[in-house]
Amino acid sequence: METFLDYLKVFAVGGALCALGQVLINKTKMSSARILVLFMLLGLVLELAGAFGYMKEFASAGVTVPITGFGSTLAKGAMQGAKEGGVLGAMAGGLKAAAPGVTAAVLFGFLFALVFRSHSKKT
Amino acid sequence: MTDKAEYREYVKKNAPGSPMFRSVFAAFLVGGIICCIGEGVSDAIKAIFPDMGETDIGSWTTVVMIFLGSLLTAVGLYDRLGRFAGGGSMIPITGFANSVVSPALEYNREGVFFGVCAKMFVIAGPIIVFGVVAGVVAGVIGLFAG
Repeated sequence: METFLDYLKVFAVGGALCALGQVLINKTKMSSARILVLFMLLGLVLELAGAFGYMKEFASAGVTVPITGFGSTLAKGAMQGAKEGGVLGAMAGGLKAAAPGVTAAVLFGFLFALVFRSHSKKT
Repeated sequence: MTDKAEYREYVKKNAPGSPMFRSVFAAFLVGGIICCIGEGVSDAIKAIFPDMGETDIGSWTTVVMIFLGSLLTAVGLYDRLGRFAGGGSMIPITGFANSVVSPALEYNREGVFFGVCAKMFVIAGPIIVFGVVAGVVAGVIGLFAG
């Protein structure tokens, strides 16, 4: 029962973030890159303000799977790095924390682009 | 002849504008499901490797989700999902993977160097640049704020 409730929270919060993104798509005609940057920055600012931790405690994957989680990871890594190594740590920490995700995207993107063919332009 | 205002009114009335409720509901549903899959992946990793730290579990979950997003994009399913879900498949990290893999596949025919490798970052580039810059700012602010 408790697990079910956890997943319900993940579903509700994650779904709400995506619904908010859809409202932006419908209302503003912003490009997807802009919307993704906006959500990423939102996560980053929430982490900086110290609020993201509480949201994560409540909804875990509901806030970390959306791109807000990427922003939070960057900010968390940079702040952790800054604490340990000053400005140099701030410069290294963000990408270091986000590296697995970025690397995975580049790695799989490269490999799959060599193996598969595009499906989107079948005219 | 109709004037501009009349024409605009005509377009507004007849354009097949995306139905607000339906698209937002679809985004909510699919986005929620993708986040639950992420939670499931995280729980599975926790069950298989009970000694793993919180940060590592998070990183592995991200890697697995990006792998899934990339694979579904490569076989053409993710873009089909995107037509239904809109923001629901775009906002999750799998959408980030999609934004990398989709142009990489698309521009394959322009060669590996300037096709695959360069076009990969058409959407992910701004995200990474803004993220790196804002991340450094956040780190430095954290330094002064204690």
